[in-house]
This record gives sequence, structure tokens and C-alpha cells, in this order.
Amino acid sequence: MKYNVNNDGFYGDFGGAYIPEMLFSNIDELRKNYLSIVEKKSFTKEFNYYLKKYVGRPTPLYYAKRLSEKYGSKIYLKREDLCHTGAHKINNTIGQILLARELKKFKIIAETGAGQHGVATATVCALMGMECVIYMGEVDIERQRPNVERMRILGADVRPATSGSKTLKDATNEAMRHWINNPDDTHYIIGSVVGPHPYPDMVARFQSVISEELIIQLKKVEGRDYPDYIIACVGGGSNAAGIFYHYLNNPKVNLIGVEAAGLGVSTNKSAATTKLGKKGVLHGSKTLLMQDENGQVTEPYSISAGLDYPGIGPLHAHLFESKRGMYISVEDDKAMNAGIELSRLEGIIPAIETAHAFSIFDNIDIRGKVVVINLSGRGDKDLETYIKWGKY
Amino acid sequence: MNRINKLFQEKKNNILSIYFTAGYPSLNDTVEIIKTLDESNVDLIEIGMPFSDPIADGPIIQYSSNVAIDNGMNLHVLFKQLANIRKITNIPIILMGYVNPVYQFGYDKFINKILDCDLDGMILPDLPFDDYKTQFKPIFVKKNLSFISLITPNTSEDRIIQIDDNSNGFIYMVSSSSITGKKSSFNKSQIQYFKRINNLSLKNPRIIGFGISDKKSYNEACKYSNGAIIGTNFIKSLDKNDLSNSIRDYIRLIR
Ligand SMILES: Cc1ncc(COP(=O)(O)O)c(C=O)c1O
Repeated sequence: MKYNVNNDGFYGDFGGAYIPEMLFSNIDELRKNYLSIVEKKSFTKEFNYYLKKYVGRPTPLYYAKRLSEKYGSKIYLKREDLCHTGAHKINNTIGQILLARELKKFKIIAETGAGQHGVATATVCALMGMECVIYMGEVDIERQRPNVERMRILGADVRPATSGSKTLKDATNEAMRHWINNPDDTHYIIGSVVGPHPYPDMVARFQSVISEELIIQLKKVEGRDYPDYIIACVGGGSNAAGIFYHYLNNPKVNLIGVEAAGLGVSTNKSAATTKLGKKGVLHGSKTLLMQDENGQVTEPYSISAGLDYPGIGPLHAHLFESKRGMYISVEDDKAMNAGIELSRLEGIIPAIETAHAFSIFDNIDIRGKVVVINLSGRGDKDLETYIKWGKY
Repeated sequence: MNRINKLFQEKKNNILSIYFTAGYPSLNDTVEIIKTLDESNVDLIEIGMPFSDPIADGPIIQYSSNVAIDNGMNLHVLFKQLANIRKITNIPIILMGYVNPVYQFGYDKFINKILDCDLDGMILPDLPFDDYKTQFKPIFVKKNLSFISLITPNTSEDRIIQIDDNSNGFIYMVSSSSITGKKSSFNKSQIQYFKRINNLSLKNPRIIGFGISDKKSYNEACKYSNGAIIGTNFIKSLDKNDLSNSIRDYIRLIR
């Protein structure tokens, strides 16, 4: 199991829990309890109940006929966009809110970039009758307006993060500060496979339902339970971790992560962490991190709010460094065009994060191969960005 | 004996420690701030190494850190500024900050620079214990440098004892569960926490930090520990155009 987390909370050199003492008791409580809680029969039963009846799982594995024809391969789409609230994020928030309840924490905080994790968190808080505070960068509040209003309708208190580049990193800083100030009654639902151990492993486990279903679905349609390629976009890396999860130790499957290059890796407006990052520590874990030579974190940029983050989860840093995974960076324009292409060929407008995963056909030769692309979310929230971009 | 041990041996009460962000208000203020604090009879100085994403800090230290970084502060510059500091003062000096800038600078190089400048210790609140033990402790013990850890009202007794075993100098007692810069007069549960810690008979002395904002809270903190640390409010009081006087005036208000 060399790609799973070890007992010390590390994936190879990456991970750990680099947190100030103010967060130690909370993280320690999670670390000591998360496995026994999520492995309890009653927990699994309730988790699966909500995934099925509330989220609408299993999500379909859809054979994308016209896209496949165009690229001469068999492309399947794992339809996480059909989850309740429109993205994979809710798999994790259902899991974490049930866990929070077990820990007797009835106030919830979260950070959000695209607003999908914020909406998914606000949703489960409404479902469980818990208080909900969401931190979101001021820039993201502007570019993901519909999601802000969805959170408010659901009863969440959306608070702007006004420092730094006013995006996901800064929202995460504010959420951590809030948690430091309110350690006793509050659980922090981190939205990706980032943060101090055990978050990356915990979130990956909750998202692993994606590959768990994929195994069964592929077996039915292909007669074998694994594809040649799995492709997913990577912000922090939770949808990718979820769809990679049960294939991590199967070398027959090529794992491809797609990150946001923004305006290009040679401009200073990018979020391509594997290209531009070095080993460093942010938000509680050691991972690949975009930073200057003095260890100050670089303000990232991407047209996609959900990929606009200067790091990646430690699992992905490890997959990248060990070459188990391949990571491709895609520029704004190319991703937008891929989003339009998917809309025209399959009648699915993807989230802009997701559109990045559909931009790799000229980077890798998939002809004749069985390919699964994780369709992590739908594009409703991004209409304004599509309109502003305008080239369709 | 290092300067911090010596200080606590000679002085049991009312120790005043001041935290400031290196590179704020102006890049080259570091030496002047240290000198003026020393002349004002402050006992201990914590120099903040600015970081872009200080998750345990409130708006004032976030601001001073950003200004400092924009001014061009980094560890290379800081160690250059401190190269001759022992020619002008013998006050104990500790470096405090987040892991990442130190990690990029290189742990070994960082330790060597601390030794070159004859500084006395470090506080890296987000450095895990295991990393301290493997990468810092052997040389810290050998060179008698101080490693200072934080404890909070939520730190378990087992952990406090472990921290006490691995610390040398003092224990930094965070007054409440909060980020820096929250004003507080201490409530009942905080006072209980201070007393609880005092009853543990730890080998290291304690000073209280976070939320110490004025003479009243300073005096109160000193009642329950060996002294207090002031950061945010000191930084707030700095007047770029009349630096030394603003420092002297502020310390006079406290003492
Ligand atoms: C639809 C969608 N996909 C992907 C992401 C990126 O997150 P992650 O890399 O954790 O899957 C987001 C984040 O907001 C999202 O909304």
C-alpha cells in the first residue's frame, strides 16, 4: 500500500501535521478517532444511506460516444456533476458532518473557492440543523455569485476573506483562524485532500466512493474493472483522489491529474503547482507549494476559482514525485475551449475546474484506450465566466 | 548558561518580553528597535520572521508581516542585520515564526546563523515535535540554545509534560484559545488554567502571551506566571517617524 498514508500521516515525504499548538488538540482528536468512527457499521450505513437517497449515488458512468469518436478512444464520464448540489464535493461533506456529529461538534466552518464546497457544506448543515460559516475570497465571491446566494439561501453565513489574492488560500487562512478562536464546539470541514493529517486521508476515503463505484460499473460495460487512463482535474485534489483511490496500487492504470496553468507557467499568473512548486509547508501539511526563494507563498491565478490554489494535496505531491501519477497543466483558454467542446459534443456544460480535465487530448495518446474522465461538476455556477470569456 | 536561563534565574517576576515583526515599519529598523527595547529595560525580545500566510495571527501582525515582506525582509537580510547585535546588547533574543521560510532557508543553515549571531533560541509554533527532535534537538542541546513551545488551555497534561521535558528556557503560555491580537481581560476559566499549570510543578518557567494589551493585563498575567509577552499592541504603537520615542513611550505605559 505504498501510495496510502503511513502511520505518521505521511505520503512519502509529504503530509504530516504542521499546525500551531492552538489546533493540536482538535487535530489530535480527529487523528485518534477518524478511523474508528468511519469504520463503524452504523456510520457506514448512515453515510451510504445519504449518498444513495440524498446525493443520488451511484452516479452514472456514461459512455461519451461523440467525444470518443472524435478522439478515437473509448471515453467514459463519471458523472459527479449529477450529484446533489452539482459536484463531487458533497461526498466529503456528508461524511464529515456525520463525523462532526459523532465528535459532538455542532458548529461547522469551511473554506470555499468555486463555492461548490461551500454549497455542499451549507447543504449538509441545513440537513443536520447545524450552524454554518463559510469563508470565501472576495474575488471568488464576485466570480461565483450564484453559489454565494445558494449558500445564503441555505442559511450559511458567508464571510469574505480580504487578504492576499482574496481567493481559496486566503479563505483557508481565515477558516483556520476561526477554528483557532473556536476550538471547542466547532468542526472544520476542509474541502479537499489538503490540510494537516488526517484530513487528506479522511477526505480521500469519503471521496473514494467514486472509484468504488467505477470498479463495478466498468466491469459491467468493459468486462474488466479498470481503465487504461483515469483523468481528473486537480485543485487540492479531492475529486482526483476519489477516482484514483482504488487504483493507486494498480500499475496498469495511468493516473493523470490536470492542474491550472492560468495564463501560462512562464507568466506570474498560474496555479500549476507541480511545474512551479517546491517542497514546503502550508495549511498544515508539507507538500509541493508555489513560493518564492524566501518561502513566501506565491499568489496563484487561474480562471477557475476551484483550481486557484498554490499547493496540492500531499497524496498528489507523492504521486507526482514517485511518477505514479502524471500531472499536466492547462492554460485558461484551452480549458475554456474544452468546456465548449464538451457542451457541443455531449450536451454537458462542465464546471470550469472540470473543463481542465477535458483539455489533455493533445498531451497524451489515448487512441484505442479505455479512458475515464471524472466529470467533477457542472457549469451552472460558471455561466458568468463563460459569458465574460465569450468565445463560443 | 544561556541568556534566557540566566534571566529566569535572576528574575522570577514581571518579566517583560516584546515581540515585533522584523522589517516593520521599515526594513532597517531591526537594530534600532532592539537597542531601544534594551535601553527601556525590557527583559526579552522575540523577533518575528514574517510569513505570507500567518494562520495564528490577527489583522495587525498579518499587516506588519505583509509590510515587512514588501519592504524586502527575509532571513538573509535579517541575519545580516543581526550580525553585530552582540556588540550593542546582551538582551536575550529569540526568533519566532512559521516553518516554511525557515525550511526554505535550510534548517542547518538557520541554526548556524543563530549561533553566528549569538542569538538565544527559537519558537516555531507549527513545527511538529518529531521534526524538532530529529532535526533541531541534538544541536540545540549541544549548543545550549532555547527551544520554546506554546501551550494553550486545550493542551493536555500529558502533552504539557512532554513539552516541558523537551523545552529549555521557558514555556509560552497562550492565554486563551485565540489568534494573536484579541484583547482580553482574563476570565475565571483562564485564571483557573493559569493556576492549573502552576500546580503542575514544571521545570521550565512560564510566561503568558496573546491578548496582553496594556498595563492592567500585563500585571494580571504577571500575577499568574513569571511574566508576559506583548506583540500586537506593541506593533500598533510603533511610529515610523519617531520610532525610538514611540517605543520608549509604550514601554513606560506598561512598566
Ligand atoms: C467541480 C469542481 N471540480 C474540482 C474542484 C477542485 O477541487 P479538488 O481538486 O479538491 O477536486 C472544484 C473545487 O471547487 C470543483 O468545484
